Amino acid sequence: MTGLAAAATTTSTGEALQFWVLGTVAVIGALSTVLMRRAVHSALCLAGTMIILAVFYLANGAYFLGIVQIVVYTGAIMMLFLFVVMLVGVTAADSLQETIKGQRWLAVACGLGFGVLLIAGIGNASLTHFNGLGQANAAGNVQGLATLIFTKYVFAFEITGALLITAAVGAMVLTHRERTERAATQREMSEARTRSSHLPPLPAPGVYARHNAVDVAGLLPDGTPSELTVMQTLRQRGQIRDVSSEALADLKALEQRSEDRLGRGHDSSPREEEEAAK
Amino acid sequence: MNPVNYLYLASLLFTIGAAGVLIRRNAIVVFMCVELMLNACNLAFVAFSRMHGNLDGQIIAFFTMVVAAAEVVVGLAIIVSLFRARHSASVDDASLMKL
Repeated sequence: MTGLAAAATTTSTGEALQFWVLGTVAVIGALSTVLMRRAVHSALCLAGTMIILAVFYLANGAYFLGIVQIVVYTGAIMMLFLFVVMLVGVTAADSLQETIKGQRWLAVACGLGFGVLLIAGIGNASLTHFNGLGQANAAGNVQGLATLIFTKYVFAFEITGALLITAAVGAMVLTHRERTERAATQREMSEARTRSSHLPPLPAPGVYARHNAVDVAGLLPDGTPSELTVMQTLRQRGQIRDVSSEALADLKALEQRSEDRLGRGHDSSPREEEEAAK
Repeated sequence: MNPVNYLYLASLLFTIGAAGVLIRRNAIVVFMCVELMLNACNLAFVAFSRMHGNLDGQIIAFFTMVVAAAEVVVGLAIIVSLFRARHSASVDDASLMKL
């Protein structure tokens, strides 16, 4: 594959097959990264595309980069993305209303034009022959890269070290929050709680609603959901599910089924007699 | 198949990423599209490296990865602090200085 003689014009059939199959999947993954409404789904599609790109790196003789792509990109960067998605709110879907009128179609048109420009540019270049990495990778891909990094590109390498340190410090500075007021002591908190209207512990979510998920509000005796039962974070994000109507519908369906099973559908029950009497 | 096809694939992925940056409103997804564009560039670099028969393209792709890692750290920190301040990750909501 990479050990071809200099100035070859075509790759092996196996690599062509791999390119067409995995390339299609990569493009589909990229498209769904853009088109999925939820950020988590976008992140997963992007992770798939990145793994396929790692396979392409390996096929192109970049063995070190292929492994680094999996370890750094799909391993570290995408997990960081997922972490932030969890922090910001998983179900927070994108708003679909446009602030600038027709911006979406203009963006699609711009993208199409740009793509046509790029692909036409590549198509016009005369790139019929390629050299292959057989000679460059002869002493090993990692050894070749190390030789270049520590000789020709040593300044760039050192500057990226400085960049990484700056980025780490910058991230810490950006996410650090200075405490501007004194933290309340336990005594003050208990006093505030006693003065507030709600002294006992907050009611648990869901347990009165035949549901044990934390984002389901518990039902009050009259059947209305109580927002007090859902924790504050979910309340602020507006991620409360109301199952009171679902639960009642389920109950109704269950009763209907048991009625049918017992064959009470035909002869009238006492309640129906009462209604008929009215 | 000629390795030029890798360049076509890279330009396609880059275009999709660029369109995503313009289309999406969620700051995290916009950022993911930027990552997609960076990855497409890396693929082009690796393909160029193979065409020319030397490892310089792979070195550039390696540096791109380092810079992308630094960029992700700072960018996500900015998104998190923006979310803390405005309770939203939408790029449209950060319009405090708009007239």
